[in-house]
Amino acid sequence: MNDGATVALVEAGSDEEIEPSESGTTAERLAAGARDRVRFEEDALALSDQVYRVARHLAGSREEAEDLVQETYARAFRSWRSFQPGTNLRAWLLRILTNLNIDRGRRQQRAPQTQALEANDYFLYDRLAENGDGLPDEDRVVERLSQDDIVAALSAVPHDFRDVIVLVDIGDFTYQDAAQILDIPIGTVMSRLHRGRRILKRELAESALEEGA
Amino acid sequence: MRDPCAHCEEMMQPYLDRILTEEEMAEAEAHLAECETCRRRYRFEESLRVYVRQAVSEQMPPELKERLAALRIPLE
Repeated sequence: MNDGATVALVEAGSDEEIEPSESGTTAERLAAGARDRVRFEEDALALSDQVYRVARHLAGSREEAEDLVQETYARAFRSWRSFQPGTNLRAWLLRILTNLNIDRGRRQQRAPQTQALEANDYFLYDRLAENGDGLPDEDRVVERLSQDDIVAALSAVPHDFRDVIVLVDIGDFTYQDAAQILDIPIGTVMSRLHRGRRILKRELAESALEEGA
Repeated sequence: MRDPCAHCEEMMQPYLDRILTEEEMAEAEAHLAECETCRRRYRFEESLRVYVRQAVSEQMPPELKERLAALRIPLE
């Protein structure tokens, strides 16, 4: 590196009299920066439906979700330069969102350590099948769950487990993305997902059986 | 010998997450081809995932979309 030349360029740059170089004049660079920013904002806004869909279930309520999404975008637009182009923008936005959610102290609830165990992976199917007539038809069995049952069951899953379900099963994030967004090891994502899905099914079984009773 | 249905159950979540190795996948499919009970349970789990995803997916309120667009930093 030629340090002398670098310093000269910076000094000249402040007078806006530098020679046009590979990266263009100051004005051109500013224009390119503005263009990058506009593109960033447009890309981020195009993802807002997907961000909201996930945020809705990371937050405790619809109002909280709206607030969080709004704050996330305000912060993203301010710090757009820290986004590395070519990486996953949706995951980057969700990382901001989960950090804001934690900062707001909405994440105090810890996963209960002493939950009755949620049987096995086939628990829900078996319980619904037991209550049906004759041999269960898979699709019919699923249809016995109402939309409200499902929303209520998901919100009854403790936060730590729910977050991974929401990111992976609803947001379609990979285990790796979910690990980065939540800042936890990938093995923890997998174990919480496994356990969380079972808890969800236990909750669903309870509400479905209550209705069927 | 281990219970093949219990082993198949262990493979169900990773199977649906598509993270099994080819060998494990072949093993799961071989069992599913001959065991109707496991097949039904896998199908149920698969439908359940789709159903849950649809049930909890909420449209973003249009006003929120407008509020987000208004947060853009104006060009100087």
